[in-house]
Amino acid sequence: MNDLQIVESAHLRDDIPDFRTGDTVRVDVRVVEAGRERIQAFEGVVIARNGSGSRASFTVRKVSFGVGVERVFPLHAPIIAKIEVLRRGDVRRSKLYYLRDRVGKSARIKELRD
Amino acid sequence: MNTIIGRKLGMTQVFDDEARAVPVTVIKAGPCFVVQVKTLKADGYNAIQLAFGEVKASKVNKPAAGHFAKAGVAPAETLVEVRVDDPAEYQLGQELKIGDVFQAGSRADVSGVSKGKGFAGVIKRHNFSGQGASHGNHKKHRAPGSIGACATPARVFKGMRMAGRMGGEQVTTLNLHVVGVDTERDLLLLEGSVPGPKGSVVLVREAVKARA
Repeated sequence: MNDLQIVESAHLRDDIPDFRTGDTVRVDVRVVEAGRERIQAFEGVVIARNGSGSRASFTVRKVSFGVGVERVFPLHAPIIAKIEVLRRGDVRRSKLYYLRDRVGKSARIKELRD
Repeated sequence: MNTIIGRKLGMTQVFDDEARAVPVTVIKAGPCFVVQVKTLKADGYNAIQLAFGEVKASKVNKPAAGHFAKAGVAPAETLVEVRVDDPAEYQLGQELKIGDVFQAGSRADVSGVSKGKGFAGVIKRHNFSGQGASHGNHKKHRAPGSIGACATPARVFKGMRMAGRMGGEQVTTLNLHVVGVDTERDLLLLEGSVPGPKGSVVLVREAVKARA
């Protein structure tokens, strides 16, 4: 391990489940409102995973009231209370940006069977 | 002591107490060794000379090897002279560590040689606006435009900003916040970027604006 990785290792979380693009996840985010902390869930499809080390991030997309919403989370961010994998997806690429142009049936992702 | 020499290792991000992501530059700072002590009496001013970086003894020429041997210090890559108030505080061969200079929360200035950009045009070099993409422009999209008047003064004024070599010069970044210090591994974490490529030698000083 080089010195840069040692610096990063202090900020890495070890409670991140194994997930990849195409999976459906629920991300519990800590939100501080009026001095009070509560948990807000963001549920959707992981359409991208980027970067490595403490800079790694992932993008979750959901369609809310007919409007597509995407949120980028730093993978190791302390504001994430929990990441839960709800469904494994069977996809052939690492970035699912094509989902942005699709609605309805064609925007579905096959479930991974093993 | 308020100065230390280091090597830029690269950038990453860490999370602070309030869970914000902070971009940091990691610098391997020190250990530095005192190679020469200059005094007002002998040299006309007070300063110490610091050495940093390991180098093979076979790579050092005889005059430099003698200079290091005199101080009882292993041959080093870089020598930097630092002005001090009282040279009597320092002995030859004395070791300086990062913990002696910086603590988390203090402020630092970093000097280094910036990345060379080669022969650069005026847009990159002097932040000119360039010219229009259309309206009949022909092959003059990134040209500087007028560089002066006509028969009076009949010359171009000195210092006119034009294309030329850019980068590869000494640059100082002021007042960087020290995010963390790892005394065990001689690592210094500074918020933001510092001049130069990875692996380059940088001079880290206590911030001028924070002294007072």
